Amino acid sequence: MGPDPDDGSFWMPPQVSTVARSVDWLFNFILAISVFFFILIVVVMVVFVIKYRRREGQQAQSSPSHNTALEITWTVIPVIIVIVIFFFGFKGYLDMATPPANAYEILVEGQKWKWSFNYPNGYVDENLHVPVDRPVRLVMSSADVIHSLYVPAFRIKQDVVPGRYTKVWFEATEPGEYDLFCAEYCGTSHSDMLAHVIVHPPGEFEIWLEKASNFLETMTPVDAGRKLFQVRGCQQCHSMDGSAKTGPTMLGVFGRTENMADGGTITVDENYIRESILEPNARVVAGFEPVMPTYQGRLKDAEILAIIEYLKAPAGASQEE
Amino acid sequence: MTDATTVLTGDGQPAGPGPRDSYLNHGKGVLSWLFTLDHKRIGIMYLAVILASFFLGGVFAMFIRTELLTPGQTIMTADTYNKMFTLHGAVMIFLFIIPGIPATLGNFVLPLMLGAKDVALPRLNLASFWLWLIGASVAVASIIIGAVDTGWTFYTPYSTTTGTAVVAMTLGAFILGFSSIFTGLNFIVTIHKMRPEGMTWFRMPLFLWGIYSTAIIQVLATPVLGITLLLLIAERTLGVGIFDPALGGDPVLYQHFFWFYSHPAVYIMILPAMAIMSEVISVFSGKHIFGYRFIAWSSIAIALLSFLVWGHHMFTSGQSSLTNMIFSALTFSVAIPSAVKVFNWLATMYKGSIRLAAPMLYALSFLFLFAIGGLTGLFLGSLSTDIHLHDTYFVVAHFHYVMFGGTVIAFLAGIHYWWPKIFGRMYSERWAQVSALLIFVGFNLTFFTQFVMGSHGMPRRYYNYLERFTAYHQASTVGSFILMIGFLIMAGYLLHSLVRGERAPANPWGGATLEWETASPPPYFNFEHEMQAGDPYDLDALSWDPSIKGYVRRDPSSVLAAPRGAD
Amino acid sequence: MTENAHLETDGLAVDHHFENADQQYQSAKLGMWVFLATEILFFGGLFVAYSVYRLNHPEVFIFGHHFLDKSLGALNTVILICSSLTAAWAVRAAQLKQIRMLKGMLLLTMLFAFGFLGVKAVEYNSKWKHGLLWAREYHPHVDHEEASEILITKEDFETGAEEGVVEDVTALQKVGDGVLAETETVLIEEAPAAAPAAEANRSTIAPAAEGPPGLATQGTEESSEKVIEVEPANAQTFFSIYFLMTGLHGIHVLGGIGAFMWLYLSARRGYFSTGHFTRVDMVALYWHVVDLIWIYLFLLLYLIE
Repeated sequence: MGPDPDDGSFWMPPQVSTVARSVDWLFNFILAISVFFFILIVVVMVVFVIKYRRREGQQAQSSPSHNTALEITWTVIPVIIVIVIFFFGFKGYLDMATPPANAYEILVEGQKWKWSFNYPNGYVDENLHVPVDRPVRLVMSSADVIHSLYVPAFRIKQDVVPGRYTKVWFEATEPGEYDLFCAEYCGTSHSDMLAHVIVHPPGEFEIWLEKASNFLETMTPVDAGRKLFQVRGCQQCHSMDGSAKTGPTMLGVFGRTENMADGGTITVDENYIRESILEPNARVVAGFEPVMPTYQGRLKDAEILAIIEYLKAPAGASQEE
Repeated sequence: MTDATTVLTGDGQPAGPGPRDSYLNHGKGVLSWLFTLDHKRIGIMYLAVILASFFLGGVFAMFIRTELLTPGQTIMTADTYNKMFTLHGAVMIFLFIIPGIPATLGNFVLPLMLGAKDVALPRLNLASFWLWLIGASVAVASIIIGAVDTGWTFYTPYSTTTGTAVVAMTLGAFILGFSSIFTGLNFIVTIHKMRPEGMTWFRMPLFLWGIYSTAIIQVLATPVLGITLLLLIAERTLGVGIFDPALGGDPVLYQHFFWFYSHPAVYIMILPAMAIMSEVISVFSGKHIFGYRFIAWSSIAIALLSFLVWGHHMFTSGQSSLTNMIFSALTFSVAIPSAVKVFNWLATMYKGSIRLAAPMLYALSFLFLFAIGGLTGLFLGSLSTDIHLHDTYFVVAHFHYVMFGGTVIAFLAGIHYWWPKIFGRMYSERWAQVSALLIFVGFNLTFFTQFVMGSHGMPRRYYNYLERFTAYHQASTVGSFILMIGFLIMAGYLLHSLVRGERAPANPWGGATLEWETASPPPYFNFEHEMQAGDPYDLDALSWDPSIKGYVRRDPSSVLAAPRGAD
Repeated sequence: MTENAHLETDGLAVDHHFENADQQYQSAKLGMWVFLATEILFFGGLFVAYSVYRLNHPEVFIFGHHFLDKSLGALNTVILICSSLTAAWAVRAAQLKQIRMLKGMLLLTMLFAFGFLGVKAVEYNSKWKHGLLWAREYHPHVDHEEASEILITKEDFETGAEEGVVEDVTALQKVGDGVLAETETVLIEEAPAAAPAAEANRSTIAPAAEGPPGLATQGTEESSEKVIEVEPANAQTFFSIYFLMTGLHGIHVLGGIGAFMWLYLSARRGYFSTGHFTRVDMVALYWHVVDLIWIYLFLLLYLIE
């Protein structure tokens, strides 16, 4: 649905935001100037090499070794050109930096290695859903290191920094699904920290939000837990297939006896899972680093229960959708 | 009719080729090299270790490109890949390209161009070399004990929290920084205090203007890197909290500190390269350089302006719009002197008598590749386009075009230009042409595709990538293998020339600067006489002498200083 | 150094690659000035960090500087200025080939430098004892034995409690270092014009904003003006900056001591009897810059108003 990412131009992805057009225009303007000067330089160089190739017994012809008028000219012209480029770049940037007053605000949290998008009604999703033709403002922060939110199709990018909020805005102009990348190196799975931007046709965004927000009611606890496990970043570090990643695998975790890093063993039960979510570095399994971020304040009790149910269920338990 | 045995240089040394006593065999044994104060030997030792570093950085590059042949895992895990690109960057930048031209060609050629016996502070020069060895050893040790996975930029808070050997690598870089500072200091003093009779500032060869401007940056910018790395080490070991938001610090402050050095650093990389271009293009066009004064002033201007633009690496970091605007405007200002130099070089070729020897082939490659590199900088200096292109492969392509297509190609031009002087041997021109062609083609295939990938949104430092970028990555990898073959061939014919190359005359190319007035290779003491300098680009003062297969000065006494003490 | 044939002119040894002794001296001098420029930039980074944090959080610096003893800082400043004087004197002595005077001045300079480090050791020790260290190690705590003036905990201050006040106080050391209690604390310092707090029936507790007037005016004719400062968030940043700046400076003082020792040993070997004084000149230049940097540190860290 929507423009194929392989479309767009030779250089650019499809233009799907209000600023994309001006960015691409400037890109093409600079490209034209660059191609012009590049061809000029290379052609002059090749012509000179051929025309003035050393011939036996011939010295170089005499010619002046400086020419003030020429040197000034070929200084002033580039100066004018770069001033023009600067001006357009700055103007376009100011538009990108000034969100309109009635923008729809979504909170974004980046963490290693997952985005979460917090909608105004409190619902959290792993993808960015927005209505078409409506300004959207993202207020972003990081839970750990610096990330960067980048949507090539919108031509927007903004770093996501711990300890402060950064903002970016856009207005999507065409429904469809677009890539969202993390553009600031953040560790092992930096290149897997992907999300999608889903631009809904008029009227459909509100319907989607309503339906998605009620997942705890509309889904079974196991399915809701599975969704949370995926959406809230758990599976970036905890596999469900038995392989150890940054954290222990969750395959068959419930009831398992684990050796703890500080000696001793525990049997994984509801309490240990809850503790691991809220105070992850209190008791760490041996062989793993204490690097899990806490979800204190970020998961509701009902959500923690759903996750526990999911982890209790045998592998391959019934899936909705 | 002259015969080879009677032809002399301006300094009265034999101008013809032949085996001779020189600095190479003055003093034998490893210790006579390791403890030498001779700038020529120091330059060669630097050349050996710096080219070895280029090889090491190249190995990491080949690992990167091989892994990127397919999306997902190809030959290594994500963690290993992240170390590969970090080490590629750190080794190439700190061990190879920053010391690069100044430590090797600069050390060898600078005193010779001044008609001097050595740099002003030879012991400091040796100390610089030992510091390089120590710093490089610490950096290599860090690779062995676990390597680093932060990217060569070490951004906080990732670099203060990751478990890899960050302290060891940054300590190595810190020590290497002092090597760089002392080299720059030495060159500044040498150029100020040891110019010969007749060599006013505006009669200096442009190579020296370039080395001098570079030295200014080395001396003023590198200490800031030093304190930045020290703060990073203090943060990791002691927890001083300067960059840690949990302890009241600001992670973006690190970026300001880091780029305050690292932007001027890229001019440390390109100014010596441009300096070589001025020499090579003039000599191989058989013509006086065009616009000497502009080129000289532009080098200084670039050095000074380079300190004002660091924020253009941080347009998306969250700094204010006003800050962004100021840095964007200043960034364009530093582009102008570089662009105009290219016009000056082309004008030098106009009505010249152009020889396409290996140094000139590399110079022409430089013009082509540096033009692309410089022009793509315009896209990145402009605010609205940079937002889209920042942290994508477009940036990777841009800096490889300027650092590799610019600096490395110019370095190769310089090596091929001064090789006969340094080692007294000529290399195979035919194999040099093959190598130059492979490098040119391989380079463009490797990196041009990356511009297109980048503008399509392919982020950098990505181990995994979306399917639709596969073709670009594969083309790029094929290009990198062609590049590699080109370099291997070069290593082959250059090493071969050391033992089997035709012996070189004092002045094989017809240069008018003073290093060509001493034998090839030079004697230990450089010059017999006090030299005096005229116009360094008065190429008409030289003529070809077939009996020595080299150039001779028509009026040898013109480069000798009047005897001192006479009334 | 057999490779470097020494060209002897006028009894002064000149390295072979120099034309004459003056070129050698000029080169050394320019080299040292360029090196000192690099030192300025090296420290400059820390001065920038200081400026950025102080501009954004002035309260952290105003609060933190109370814990630095101005008199010790001033003493150190005087010590270093004297050491610069003796260093300059040493240069003069070397120029005039007054070897005994030279050796004496070098020793004196080193003595002053050690004195500087000694005072810093005292200050650092006091910080360490009270947990006033850089960010991660910042754990300020009470030291009752050293109490001389009385402070009050924020809790008691806000409730205006009278009983238990004497027990729950934290202490302000006589030398001027402040100490905080374990929980949120209030530091009360006498305004410069106020009378000393040792009078028996005079409380140093300021009147509460809400709550009872407290004991402040009991038994006194004048009410002293108290400055009440609550520990701000991220107070530890001040100490991070303090230790980084004075620490780096201290390392440079140590380096300077090493250089002066080298000069002293050269003097003992008779190196200076030929009239060579360049190396004394260069080390003294370095030392003056180290002194200058300290003066700025003193102004920026100790004398914040």
